[in-house]
Amino acid sequence: MMLIREFEVRCAQAYQQAKIGGFCHLYIGQEAAAVGTLNAVNPDDPVVLAYRDHGHALARGMDPGACMAEMYGKATGCAKGKGGSMHMFDRPHWLFGGHGIVGAQTPLGAGLAFAARYEWEVLGRSLENPGVPAGSPPRRKVCLCYLGDGALNQGALHEAMNLAGLYSLPVIYIVENNGYSMGTSIDRGTTMAHDLMAKANAYGIEGRAIDGFDILALYDEFKPLVDLCRQKQVPAFVDLKTYRYQGHSMSDPQKYRTKDEVEAWKAKDSIDRFAHHLMSERTGSDGRPVLSEQRFSEIQDDVRTRVRAAVEFAEASPVPDLSELYADVMVNPHPGMSPSGTYVTGAPNPLLR
Amino acid sequence: MTQTAREIQFREALREAMSEEMRRDDRVFLMGEEVAQYNGAYKVSQGMLDEFGPKRIIDSPISENGFAGLAVGAAMYGLRPIIEFMSWSFSLVAADQILNNVPKMLYMSGGQWGCPVVFRGNDGAGGQLGSTHSWCVEGLYSNVPGVKIAIPSNPYDAKGLLKTAIRDDDPVFFLESERMLGDKGHVPAEEYTVPFGEAALRRQGDACTLVSFGRPVNFCLEAADELRKTGIEVDVLDMRTIRPLDIESIIRSVRKTGRVVVVDQCWPFASVASEVITQVCERGFDYLDHQPLRVNTEDVPTPYAKNLEYAYLPNKEKIVAAVRRTLA
Repeated sequence: MMLIREFEVRCAQAYQQAKIGGFCHLYIGQEAAAVGTLNAVNPDDPVVLAYRDHGHALARGMDPGACMAEMYGKATGCAKGKGGSMHMFDRPHWLFGGHGIVGAQTPLGAGLAFAARYEWEVLGRSLENPGVPAGSPPRRKVCLCYLGDGALNQGALHEAMNLAGLYSLPVIYIVENNGYSMGTSIDRGTTMAHDLMAKANAYGIEGRAIDGFDILALYDEFKPLVDLCRQKQVPAFVDLKTYRYQGHSMSDPQKYRTKDEVEAWKAKDSIDRFAHHLMSERTGSDGRPVLSEQRFSEIQDDVRTRVRAAVEFAEASPVPDLSELYADVMVNPHPGMSPSGTYVTGAPNPLLR
Repeated sequence: MTQTAREIQFREALREAMSEEMRRDDRVFLMGEEVAQYNGAYKVSQGMLDEFGPKRIIDSPISENGFAGLAVGAAMYGLRPIIEFMSWSFSLVAADQILNNVPKMLYMSGGQWGCPVVFRGNDGAGGQLGSTHSWCVEGLYSNVPGVKIAIPSNPYDAKGLLKTAIRDDDPVFFLESERMLGDKGHVPAEEYTVPFGEAALRRQGDACTLVSFGRPVNFCLEAADELRKTGIEVDVLDMRTIRPLDIESIIRSVRKTGRVVVVDQCWPFASVASEVITQVCERGFDYLDHQPLRVNTEDVPTPYAKNLEYAYLPNKEKIVAAVRRTLA
């Protein structure tokens, strides 16, 4: 969580220095949501994200340098500088992308779960994927599909939930409910905002409302749900109550909410709360807190060092070669595909080397 | 009847292609509206549920955006989905998935994930279906980089191209025609595929080059037979795939004939015909003895009335007239 926060602070700085372009959606405030949920699944469970995706990428294990370099539009980025902030893909970590169109990732979540189920139910063997040799015995999996509360009103989600319910697909739709779809509060854009379970229940999907600001409670409530979905191969829906401290994107003046509201959420900040818990409430066998002031400060230093290194890596990395423009359009490019150039196989992605 | 003279319907050729590939590769599955229990809205998948079972022949609800997106996720994971759109007209409600996700996934992920899905179904006017059900999507979709577009004109190519499509590592939009599903043609029982990007020369002549793809190829053949009666022999090129486009074969023919007419079942503005003519001008301008012409559908929504629909579509008369114009 501390790594994500520090990373996002440095992203904001880089954006203000115009080193990061396009849209940039920060995760500050919501860190516990990604960390608490992603730690409840296996490294080979598929994960698919919306566009506020840097935090999940880091929590899933993406190299912070590759993440920052992607935003810098550098060749060493996770998508070789072709995706940008909203499109964090990391095949070795089973991260099937951040997705820029609101809700567009939700049918993909159903499809990933469909394939995972097909793998053990129809094929009886594992497909070739990172860390999984082709042909090895298949494992029952759960797909985590993240979305914001804004996606609740997209048709894609409702079609996807209907399919997930109908085919009994092991996908968990995690609504990171930060209360605002850009500048529209959930009450102004969404029916039944006080009880989102009603939406999931309509598709035969069970759900839970979970406090996304208390990482321990979050994990403790979420993990059994993951185990259930994995074992029974059924979908689930989670209304994860959270909050973003920054605007929707870097260009948001935030006139739709009060400073008092933001401060009230900051007062129960998930990182502060967890640190306080570890430094004063939870004690080890020696009767002392499990986290000392000194260790906390070492972690802070370590995080700063790692993020600084990520920024330096991104700064020092080369921009993509112009030959990359026509690379990675097709796996199997035929002549005559395009009148303006010849598609070629791209340089290997640095994450796949 | 000997095996090599075997004749089957277009829909049977499609079914054979899917069934053979499903037997060869258990990663392949078919999903779509009415494909399983109903045996296919147009009987293309008839009997496939019986052979492959409900885990691989899967009825979907009417949720094109949902199941198109499901296919994207499944393909990224490593399966080989075939998605049947009852009509390509309905693919418009899945536009975000098939135009935003399918063609761009490989690029957007920096080469990490491709999207080997085949989307297939009826394209073009079906016969008095009115304007919302008569879409020719190739005009719109061929504008988007990242997909291959195959469009057969006969059962032999339907089978061979569909097998190639299912084996391809890239996404393929496969455009059939309701009006051709009952057409019979020679399809050998032996294994074969038809490669992408290789046009077929259906008629030979040196007066003019007719370029077409999909169902209108058959109108071109009718026109060629009509023209032959008056001593005019034309080349008829069946492109078979729009992307990739076998422009080399077109240029080779135009070099011989000096004249070209492109016949296209889409609207004319920014159409595949526009693209073919542009490329002919870019690469073979000096070979032309007459400006290139195109026969598209008329630039109006598809009408319902039978006579208006006929007048709207490309047909033999329009093609003959266009060829004669290039020769005048």
